[in-house]
Amino acid sequence: MSAVSVPTIPRHERAVRVTQARVALSEWTKFQSLRSTRWSLGVGFLLTIAFPLLFAAVTANRWAHMSVHERADRHPLDIALAGVNVAQLAIAVLGVLVITGEYSTGMIRASFTAVPKRLPVLWAKLAVFAAVSFVLMVPAVLIAFAGSQAILDRHHLLQISLGSSGVLRSELGGAVYVMLVGVFALAIGAIVRNTAGGIAAFAAIFFVIPPLMNILPTSWNNAVSQYLPSNAGRQLFSLHHTAHNLKVLPGGLLFLAYCALAVAVAGVLLVRRDV
Amino acid sequence: MIEVRDLSKRYGEKLAVDGLSFVVRPGIVTGFLGPNGSGKSTTMRLILGLDAPTRGDVTVNGKHYRDHAAPLHEVGALLEARSVHTGRSAYYHLLALAQTHGIGRRRVLELIDLVGLHDVARKRAGQFSLGMGQRLGIATTLLGDPATVMLDEPVNGLDPEGIHWMRNLLKHLAAEGRTVFVSSHLMSEMALTADHLIVIGRGRLVADTSVEAFTQRASKRVVLVRSPQVEQLRDALVGPEVVVTLVDRELLEVVGLTAATIGETAAERGLVLHELTPQQASLEEAFMELTRDDLEYRAGEAAVAA
Repeated sequence: MSAVSVPTIPRHERAVRVTQARVALSEWTKFQSLRSTRWSLGVGFLLTIAFPLLFAAVTANRWAHMSVHERADRHPLDIALAGVNVAQLAIAVLGVLVITGEYSTGMIRASFTAVPKRLPVLWAKLAVFAAVSFVLMVPAVLIAFAGSQAILDRHHLLQISLGSSGVLRSELGGAVYVMLVGVFALAIGAIVRNTAGGIAAFAAIFFVIPPLMNILPTSWNNAVSQYLPSNAGRQLFSLHHTAHNLKVLPGGLLFLAYCALAVAVAGVLLVRRDV
Repeated sequence: MIEVRDLSKRYGEKLAVDGLSFVVRPGIVTGFLGPNGSGKSTTMRLILGLDAPTRGDVTVNGKHYRDHAAPLHEVGALLEARSVHTGRSAYYHLLALAQTHGIGRRRVLELIDLVGLHDVARKRAGQFSLGMGQRLGIATTLLGDPATVMLDEPVNGLDPEGIHWMRNLLKHLAAEGRTVFVSSHLMSEMALTADHLIVIGRGRLVADTSVEAFTQRASKRVVLVRSPQVEQLRDALVGPEVVVTLVDRELLEVVGLTAATIGETAAERGLVLHELTPQQASLEEAFMELTRDDLEYRAGEAAVAA
């Protein structure tokens, strides 16, 4: 810090320009160089595995004391995918933070000075975060499946094969669901531009509004609830479809449409608003 | 080269920038001077396209900033508000910004050395002192080897050594033929570094002139006169271009006359003088004078319009 004389500033002769691929690499560097990222991803990964193992152990232990009705209610795939419900929160919080962290620290000004067209930054953030979430969640749900099955197998209970109809689809659907939750949360963060507000908005949509629907008359609730983002998205990893729920494909596509809508709104606002 | 044409920005009720037009030329240091809240930072954000103008237009090297293929190669900017994620190290901060343009690690490391952050490059930027933060900002500014360097209050919070370093850097950058545009609310700072001045007050252009011309034009001569006969002396001195203020029972402040003229007038009338002190208005006072005039002018104009 003691240099008072100014040495010659090195020139950079090579032609430079901004490309989408370069912005994506930049976003990857940003993403992996924050401690909060590593923590959230690590916690999300571990919880996705830990909860199914815990539920499998508890189920195996309590099986002898369960009623027939209670036993019939247990499904091995529900146990294997129990962690998805927890992982979605970790991934959603991180998704919000990926963008609101830049607003709260002022980094967004540096980002948009480097890439003043702005939209490439949003696409790059979404691509990096979606890819990382998916790549992390696939092994997590598969390990959770194998682990919970191994525990249940020791007690000769609730065995199911990945080859059974719909099982592999549900497993991968769980990973896709968490990935899309991340995309949705990131878009919410870009719209709200504030960490607390973004997380609150996400929690309202995913965890507060669905139970509130029970206040409605049952027929209304049955008609409306299946179209909520969370309920539509959950069909991606549900093996059985009850009367008042969408099927896998319509549910998944509707959730994808919600994500696309949130991303579109985020994109329009990102370009229009002052930073 | 930065060209600002009839630029205005309104935030709600407040007109932060009001019909500003000026050109910043390459090869010299252009100072952007104005009191706090006069619209300097807003103008810089408008130049970078971070905020959209309400009216008017601004181009950098002939294009809107956002239309350049390699924006960091056109303008390197250090904004007053910090623009660094506090959880990321200086190295990764610079690397991420460099990567958007395909600039490599080597240049990142070179610049870290250049600004003297080598020992702390892996520390989180949130732990940096103000001075270290400014040095990181300078490294960011120089990443793309920019034709134009734009700095908002770069010496704010720096220690004397850092201020000296910054002044040399600015002159050096201009000598390399770059466009250097630097804002400050301190006239004295600008007098040391700038060749040309753009002065604004309340978002409006007050002066677009060389530093020399500005100080000459703005500085008025003030003479302090002490006399037991202040009343008679005042009557003798007052004229159309002369302002005489009674400071206390025996002291007059005279603006618009030289000490010699005052002495001669007193001798003609046979008035006693105890003190006759010419005072050169400082640059700071000259600046205050100019921007205050602007405020009064603005208030008068508003009244006429209403």
